Amino acid sequence: MARMKFICDSERCIECNSCVTACKNEHEVPWGVNRRRVVTLNDGVPGEKSISVACMHCSDAPCMAVCPTNTFYRTEEGVVLHDKDTCIGCGYCSYACPFGAPQFPAAGTFGVRGKMDKCTFCAGGPEANGSQAEFEKYGRNRLAEGKLPACAEMCSTKALLGGDGDVVADIFRNRVLKRGKGAEVWGWGTAYGSRQAGQPQGGKS
Amino acid sequence: MRPLTILGLIVLAIVLAACAEREQTASGIKADAAPYAGTSKQPPYMATGWKPGDRNAWEQQMKVRTVQGQNDYAKVP
Repeated sequence: MARMKFICDSERCIECNSCVTACKNEHEVPWGVNRRRVVTLNDGVPGEKSISVACMHCSDAPCMAVCPTNTFYRTEEGVVLHDKDTCIGCGYCSYACPFGAPQFPAAGTFGVRGKMDKCTFCAGGPEANGSQAEFEKYGRNRLAEGKLPACAEMCSTKALLGGDGDVVADIFRNRVLKRGKGAEVWGWGTAYGSRQAGQPQGGKS
Repeated sequence: MRPLTILGLIVLAIVLAACAEREQTASGIKADAAPYAGTSKQPPYMATGWKPGDRNAWEQQMKVRTVQGQNDYAKVP
């Protein structure tokens, strides 16, 4: 069974923002909402690193735990999705998320905080696959079209890997072996659990 | 006076119409269709090489696409 995961290789990310642009374009994300962002660590300092950040679709997602309306669900592929019809825009998920993934459009009447929007791993939402309703609420459902997330597929340096967790982990492992450095994967332990992050062995995958 | 009142009401109706929001209905948690079920779209919007509804074919498609599209060592050994 495919377990979908993201990896961002900070040795390769050149902060071109093509992942951000691909996401905005693919899903026609409204102004002010960024499902994916590029963050630069130690900006301006020699050795700075950039990483592309979005919802990591955590194995034990904190957003799911804190949502008062139980609006989140996890697909069999491990993708954390939500139902905008039941979201009340309380923002608890935003406080709980270690990646700052949940976004809230402020385009509603009187500027109120709208329903939460986040990366869907290009898997749409609970509406019918590929329907107009799904597109308007969640964006395109590329997984149902046999494709992978647009951000990973459009990454110019292939720094951002997205797809079956075992396959992307193999690709990254081979890279590290060839170049002999840069084995640290930002956010991997937080999202999926690992012994590196002090998690007990075999607890999560 | 009456035409002015009517005109005022019409203007008020037009102005307040901008405050309308889309209808929202509570429907409970919905069931989501699996991605391997595919969509009604046709190529090129639908990737070729797999058959919608076939779970194994979809999983294989995901793996092949990941390796072909994201593993540059597979392209240039």
